[in-house]
Amino acid sequence: MYDIKALYEATSVQDACRLLTEHPEAQVIAGGSDVLVQVREGKRAGKELVSIYMLDEMRGVSIDDKENIRIGSLTSFSNITKNPIIQEKIGVLGEAVNMIGGPQVRAIGTIGGNTCNGVTSADSASTLHAWEAIIEITGPDGVRCTPIKDFYIKAGTVDLRLGEIQTAILIPKESYDNCFGHYIKYGKRNALEIANIGCSVNVRLSDDKKKFDRVRIAYGVAGPVPMRVPTAEEFINGKAVNKKNVEQFASLVLKDINPRDSWRGGKAFRQHMAVEMAKRALIESVKKAGGEVK
Amino acid sequence: MSERQYKTVHFTLNGKPVEKNVDVRASLTDMLRNDYRMTSVKKGCEVGECGACTVIINGEAFDSCIYLAVWAEGKEITTLEGLLGPNGELSDIQQAFIDETAIQCGFCSPGFILSAWEILNTGKEYTDEELRKLLSGHLCRCTGYENIFRAVKKTMLRRLGKEAEAEKVDKQGIVDKKERVPFASLDPTVQA
Repeated sequence: MYDIKALYEATSVQDACRLLTEHPEAQVIAGGSDVLVQVREGKRAGKELVSIYMLDEMRGVSIDDKENIRIGSLTSFSNITKNPIIQEKIGVLGEAVNMIGGPQVRAIGTIGGNTCNGVTSADSASTLHAWEAIIEITGPDGVRCTPIKDFYIKAGTVDLRLGEIQTAILIPKESYDNCFGHYIKYGKRNALEIANIGCSVNVRLSDDKKKFDRVRIAYGVAGPVPMRVPTAEEFINGKAVNKKNVEQFASLVLKDINPRDSWRGGKAFRQHMAVEMAKRALIESVKKAGGEVK
Repeated sequence: MSERQYKTVHFTLNGKPVEKNVDVRASLTDMLRNDYRMTSVKKGCEVGECGACTVIINGEAFDSCIYLAVWAEGKEITTLEGLLGPNGELSDIQQAFIDETAIQCGFCSPGFILSAWEILNTGKEYTDEELRKLLSGHLCRCTGYENIFRAVKKTMLRRLGKEAEAEKVDKQGIVDKKERVPFASLDPTVQA
């Protein structure tokens, strides 16, 4: 038995908004792979829960009428990895969420939950930042959208107001068209591990594959929330695809990131890793885009 | 909790339609063990790390310890008990666990076997690295995993009609030493 005060099961998105407005202290539960563990730990024990898990309308990946990739917030990690749209257009997201926990956790964990808990180490978060995802939020007054960088307010806090739930994550066409990415997670083990630091890079190359048209890079665990590194991006955009520029790009990430010392890893170690990961992830992204770093 | 809250759930358990009035605080592990005596569903870590409570829900392996019992509504759930034949015959994967001595204390076995069941039912042939990743949601403190791995690999090959290859999967020859790259996830040339 879980130590919970009451369970309210939402029957629709609107019903979920109503329940959350009526019970302002209640915690939303999607897949529960964070919430139920925190209930067990005592951290969220004795609370009311609003379950949205049964809302199938919030599951699945599609292309909407504006050609955005639309990922329902309750889509599980395993379904994201297996999805043909994800594999074709933003394969790196499927690869990144395939590194979370173990297979059974990936069956229950949802991408909405991964972003709404606001932690910096979430494996989907750096990739969603690097691809400039848009968060769709539904509340009692309707739907609003916000860029993911504004959705994260501080560690553990996201921009969800009273009665609101995250209903989808959108990747605009401008953001995925002709882009290829790579995610590297560093952890001490290959499974059931939380990222010590994670790095997601994607590139759009010029037609002849000789120039960086656009490079975007984001980290998890390089600061209190997932973050982009604009200095390195500004440097490399428009530059030639070569080893020197890649090295310079990688060393510039240190201008923007701010990892901390924790029991999981030291600051100096994380900085060292961040540079190496930027380099390797960029080289691999170029390769996926059909280019080569010489 | 001042007042107990119950809900009736309807689902299919090992092929049989069932319904139960459950306490909403129950995990799926609680309901399967206490209400249905499915004691193959083990209580291990109860936080989704060890995989001992694994069950198959609509064809996919889940940790039943971090799953609300009320979410079983409308689902098809299979526990280890559901793998047995009508007269209690063991399935191929269960027999392979015995043959390969993939069991010591047995606590992780039901979970491992159900994950293996899901893997084998895809009908695909996986590489050693892929198999390891697919089995990585289970902890075993007795066997050191090699026998478990071999049981799954042999059954996979046998189901694909590769009996001769299955026989060749011997004790030492499971993993080529070269395949084991430290910090594999860091090396972009290695698929995680």
